[in-house]
Amino acid sequence: MSDTRFRVVNQPVRKKDAMQLLLGKPAYVDDVTPHDCLVVKVLRSPHAHALIESIDSTIAAKVPGIVAIYTWQDVPRRRFTTAGQTYPEPSPYDRLILDRRVRFVGDAVAIVAGESEQAVDRALPLIKVQYQVLEPVLDFHTAKDNPILVHPEDDWQALCPVGADNRRNLCASEACGDGDVDAVLADCDVVVDQVYRTQACQQAMMETFRTYTEIDAFGRLHIVSSTQIVFHVRRIIANALDIPKSKIHVEKPRIGGGFGAKQTVVAELYPAFVTWTTGRPAKMIYSREECQTAGSPRHEMEMHVRVGANKDGKIRAMDVYTLSNSGAYSEHGPTTVGLSGHKSIPLYTTGLEAFRFVYDVVYTNLQAAGAYRGYGATQGIFAVESAVSELAERLGIDPITIRERNMVREGQIMPAYFNEPNNACALDRCMTRCRELFGWDQKYPVRDMGNGKIRTAGMAMAMQGSGISSLDVGSATIKLGDDGCYNLMIGAADMGTGCDTILAQMAAERLDCSIDDIAVFGADSDASPYDSGSYASSTTYVTGKAVEKACDQLKQNLCAIAAGMLSCPVENVTFTGRGVRALDGAGEVSLADIATKSMCGNTIAAQATASHTSPVSPPPYMVGMVEIELDTETGQVDVLDYVAVVDCGTPVNPNLARVQTEGGIVQGIGMALYETVTYEPTGRIMENSLMQYKLPTRLDMGKLRVEFEPSYEPTGPFGAKSIGELVINTPSPALAHAIAHATGVWHRSLPITPEKVLRGIRHGQG
Amino acid sequence: MEIKLTLNGKPLTASVEADTLLIDFVRAHGCYSVKRGCETANCGLCTVLLDGTPVLSCSVLAARADGHHVQTLEGLQDEAADFAAFIADQGAEQCGFCNPGFVMNTVALLREIPDPTDDQIRAYLAGNLCRCSGYEGQLRGIRNYLDSRKEAQA
Repeated sequence: MSDTRFRVVNQPVRKKDAMQLLLGKPAYVDDVTPHDCLVVKVLRSPHAHALIESIDSTIAAKVPGIVAIYTWQDVPRRRFTTAGQTYPEPSPYDRLILDRRVRFVGDAVAIVAGESEQAVDRALPLIKVQYQVLEPVLDFHTAKDNPILVHPEDDWQALCPVGADNRRNLCASEACGDGDVDAVLADCDVVVDQVYRTQACQQAMMETFRTYTEIDAFGRLHIVSSTQIVFHVRRIIANALDIPKSKIHVEKPRIGGGFGAKQTVVAELYPAFVTWTTGRPAKMIYSREECQTAGSPRHEMEMHVRVGANKDGKIRAMDVYTLSNSGAYSEHGPTTVGLSGHKSIPLYTTGLEAFRFVYDVVYTNLQAAGAYRGYGATQGIFAVESAVSELAERLGIDPITIRERNMVREGQIMPAYFNEPNNACALDRCMTRCRELFGWDQKYPVRDMGNGKIRTAGMAMAMQGSGISSLDVGSATIKLGDDGCYNLMIGAADMGTGCDTILAQMAAERLDCSIDDIAVFGADSDASPYDSGSYASSTTYVTGKAVEKACDQLKQNLCAIAAGMLSCPVENVTFTGRGVRALDGAGEVSLADIATKSMCGNTIAAQATASHTSPVSPPPYMVGMVEIELDTETGQVDVLDYVAVVDCGTPVNPNLARVQTEGGIVQGIGMALYETVTYEPTGRIMENSLMQYKLPTRLDMGKLRVEFEPSYEPTGPFGAKSIGELVINTPSPALAHAIAHATGVWHRSLPITPEKVLRGIRHGQG
Repeated sequence: MEIKLTLNGKPLTASVEADTLLIDFVRAHGCYSVKRGCETANCGLCTVLLDGTPVLSCSVLAARADGHHVQTLEGLQDEAADFAAFIADQGAEQCGFCNPGFVMNTVALLREIPDPTDDQIRAYLAGNLCRCSGYEGQLRGIRNYLDSRKEAQA
């Protein structure tokens, strides 16, 4: 069902790197960088909160092969943030490479560099550290205004007015709204008033954090890292090492998954410091345990939701208060939280008379959170969608009907979404199609299977954004090569999603050529045009538009070169895809001829660069419905069938959009049912390996069906909006809904494990 | 200690430490397809064939390969390319980091069960984690490959 307006866009072409990856060719950091380098590891704190009184590394330093051991006294005393965000970063500057105060179990205490892994492993336990153990703040409910401060230091600094105050353990706070929420709620027939909680899920990308560093022939620091943000890494490392940004060159090879984890500088700090200090090449490869305990997971959030409606199901007011746990450091704390309201409340714009959204983001002595696919929207949508399903139950209205009555519609202005217009929205069609494809009317009724098992269904809607409005910058350079093919250079990072391929599809569409004629290069902070990076669902929408613009500029340049060759004014020629033709039929020159001419007696560049930013962030939408089988004797929930219908505008590559959706749904199912994060009383994370942290496997999945209901976003490239993050947002509320429908018990805290389901059945509460 | 083995068809004599893991040994010998995704034998990324049987090379000592045949994806390119193309046609390779382990186990599956059902595919590959694809596209790819093979035989 491809769109006839397009030739290459909207086609399910193969990812350009697919066969190389499937056949295991060396492509990732540890495959493509030298192995003759220093091995870097970090000694980590066993305490959630402590001051380092002394560190004695004399014995450790005597281990043969140990080259350097660094402590807090050796690093620059200038605070920075590791959040990959546009400068000035909203995340307060609260980090040092190594600090005298350690703030969570796993915080860095010392950096060890050695000639071999064996040497480093021998040295690590020989470092003697005396700690002054302090009482930690482990419960994020008590963090705000707690006398124990996570960041008491005087040089803590917030660059942006995000409502942060280190003297109150506040990483951010804000209140906004429209209308008199309290008055409207008081006037409603029914108010659902509940608290929902989501856990600090791990991205668990298969390739852990890793970075190689060396000094290049020009004396600059060359960083090869598995990162989504080459340009932000350059700035962050410059801040951390207190050296000029111009001294740093960052590139990324293929990336083994990111999901936002690699939108934060994690592994880069340590080898960069070692190489800059010793002048020697160095590498750090995070273990899975480090990923699970000193990574950059989802922000744990608790959302107090009040939804008010009339008896007929008209939703009139929403009040959301979010408490977010940023952990020991600020990364993405001030920004993730905003999505918990701004990307959940607008789903119910239609009849909404008033809304209020208030939040606090607090510091605690737990692993610092970061960016994870969905970025706060996932948490907020779990809460708001659960509340709306609870409301439907209270009113005795079908959960689809109540949504059809209240959902946001095309053409509306969305007050809770910064008053942005809803230009392209097929949410209504997604709902209709999903209902039909899933068979809602047959699957929703609770069916007793007669063997202790119950079958029923649940559903949810979701939205996200497409880039950060008026902030994200996407750029593309396109140049004509010798034989009439093109090079497309980008600063966006393909982390497996296929952006290299979909951007090439857009270029091929615009240049009227085959996708095989476009070679893609990226991302490299020296060679790529500036791009904020691949996050915030920005690449298709923002960078895609930059590709379009760059191609249009290149065509003009090629026409100018060809006009000279054809000895006619540039107005009298036209670009044909294969070359440039004189309009009077007097001649045509091929792309290869133009390329040759561009290298001989020529002053017009056969390349063009364009940048793009958007004043709006058009939301993609979707509806997800799930059928479950629940075992009333064990509490086990099996997912039998998951149907999703998605409006991402024009799907640029329907195959890749489908796999994004399927992958996002399965991650979302993991969050909803399996991925537990618990702490020992000391603050140590118990789920520190893939043995304890249960990722969904092939056996945990039922049938998955995905369809698209395209809208056409006028500000997007070829009508496209985003897809990558949206797709993780429906499983948690849909599964909670199904489980509540099966058992009569609403589970408002994730994950909903069999133990909780069984307890709910036996004791009547979630 | 010295070990003698066959790596991707080539005889090899090498000196290893007693605690050298097979994954580190084969990577040190240029087999970069073999990936480490965890340290606890939970992810399946490091799957290699030891005398034709899939094993997790993170949980096998290099010394255990002494006198045996070890195959990595580097040595099975043609056999893998046949069905891998069908997975590529689904876009289900995604980031690719789990691909070599999953592809190696699929090679073993298709040797052992030439015409598997969907449930047999899921069960055989259950130990191969993938965080990107949601597994469904990989299953579609293998299914399409099996169907095309049947059509070719018909």
